[in-house]
Amino acid sequence: MAVINIEINGKKISKEVPDNILLSDFLRERLTLTGTHVGCDTSQCGACVVHLNGNSVKSCTTLVADCDGAKITTIEGLASNGKMHPVQEAFKKHHGLQCGFCTPGMVMSAVDLLEKKKNPSEQEIRDWLEGNICRCTGYQGIVAAVKDAASKM
Amino acid sequence: MKSFNFKSATNTKEAAKLVSGRATFLAGGMSLLPAIKLRLAAYSDLINIKKIKGLSGIKVSSKSIKIGATTTHAEVAGSKEVGKSIPSLAVLAEGIGDPQVRNRGTIGGSIANNDPAADYPSACLALNATIHTSKRKIAADKFFKGMFDTDLKKGELIESIEFEVPEKSAYAKYPNPASRYAIVGVYVAKLKDNVRVSITGAGSCVFRSIEIEEALSSNFSPSAVDNVNISSKGLNSDIHASAEYRAHIIKVMTRKAVSSC
Ligand SMILES: Cc1cc2nc3c(=O)[nH]c(=O)nc-3n(C[C@H](O)[C@H](O)[C@H](O)COP(=O)(O)OP(=O)(O)OC[C@H]3O[C@@H](n4cnc5c(N)ncnc54)[C@H](O)[C@@H]3O)c2cc1C
Ligand code: FES
Ligand code: FES
Repeated sequence: MAVINIEINGKKISKEVPDNILLSDFLRERLTLTGTHVGCDTSQCGACVVHLNGNSVKSCTTLVADCDGAKITTIEGLASNGKMHPVQEAFKKHHGLQCGFCTPGMVMSAVDLLEKKKNPSEQEIRDWLEGNICRCTGYQGIVAAVKDAASKM
Repeated sequence: MKSFNFKSATNTKEAAKLVSGRATFLAGGMSLLPAIKLRLAAYSDLINIKKIKGLSGIKVSSKSIKIGATTTHAEVAGSKEVGKSIPSLAVLAEGIGDPQVRNRGTIGGSIANNDPAADYPSACLALNATIHTSKRKIAADKFFKGMFDTDLKKGELIESIEFEVPEKSAYAKYPNPASRYAIVGVYVAKLKDNVRVSITGAGSCVFRSIEIEEALSSNFSPSAVDNVNISSKGLNSDIHASAEYRAHIIKVMTRKAVSSC
């Protein structure tokens, strides 16, 4: 057990946690931030993607102990003043989701891309979303949403 | 997940001290944590090495590029210096897994792990790399011993990997469509003194192909491998590809690599 200091969605927290707790479990079970999903728990599906110090990472493969002093953004931290993030808006508009299970990770991944690259090509979007699996949409709506959001960010 | 203690080392001496008994180093955790979760491995302590100063970063000279062990795949892929002096190495890093794996996974972790289908081991062999550890320097040719096995001794920490800058080089990977690990990856490098060709994904451990090296030494062109006979004996056969198919793909990837040199 150790006391961990982190900033999650702009809020500073200090909590005592076991050394082996994963960031995904910590967010969902200790902070009830259940927007971050756990699909595979084996580092493959991307449903659990969050931002750690400005980079997208798989929270199911990250220890909280390893995040001491870090800034974390989850899907709950994207909207501001009740207004959805442009990527969230675009997913809604372009039917970038059906069941919605993959969506939090998909959106967090896409936001990371658009923060690093202004106007990605369709191929760049598809390559970037390599680590995010969707069992419903067939990806067309997702790619269209990311393209549209790019023009608005 | 099985329980363990998490400790961060701030320098290499402390890391060496902490790693006694059933402890191990933790870098990006992209191989270690899945292995612990699947109960393929269990440790009393994970010693985080990412806070050790000087273990991350890229140093370039005219003859070599030295990459710190905890440098992430994304950092190598995005490095202007690497892109300029060994572009094939940046391409290799960019092709590892997915962006989230690249944001966490490190070069030191990748070669310490020595997965038979990992990308970096092939770069180490082809670019005649030297592995600098807390104890010594190891030539890449002596480092990769077998499946998930290296010449590292218990508690020995990789500090950096030094690659020779080649005249030209390229890496061609036929990836597993799901994980992006190599079904077959071929790294071709024309160095000052010789041609080196390494193959990953095809066997139980990365290896050099002497036949292809000889063929390319006398004629550095894609057609040089046409008459080389690649035996499927000892190559991997699994749900992704048979040994015969892998033997065939080795030639296809070699031609691809040479033509993009
Ligand atoms: C979904 C997915 C896809 C992937 N796809 C690919 C791919 O296409 N190609 C590819 O090559 N890899 C791939 N990987 C593996 C990835 O590259 C890992 O980052 C890498 O294998 C391990 O690096 P790490 O920093 O995460 O090491 P860790 O997981 O932290 O450690 C791995 C091992 O190395 C040891 N270790 C770490 N650093 C050192 C050091 N400096 N000195 C001594 N020992 C050390 C640890 O003790 C441990 O035994 C993939 C992984 C995932 C999860
Ligand atoms: S739950 Fe983390 S990658 Fe699937
Ligand atoms: S919307 Fe159902 S998995 Fe993507």
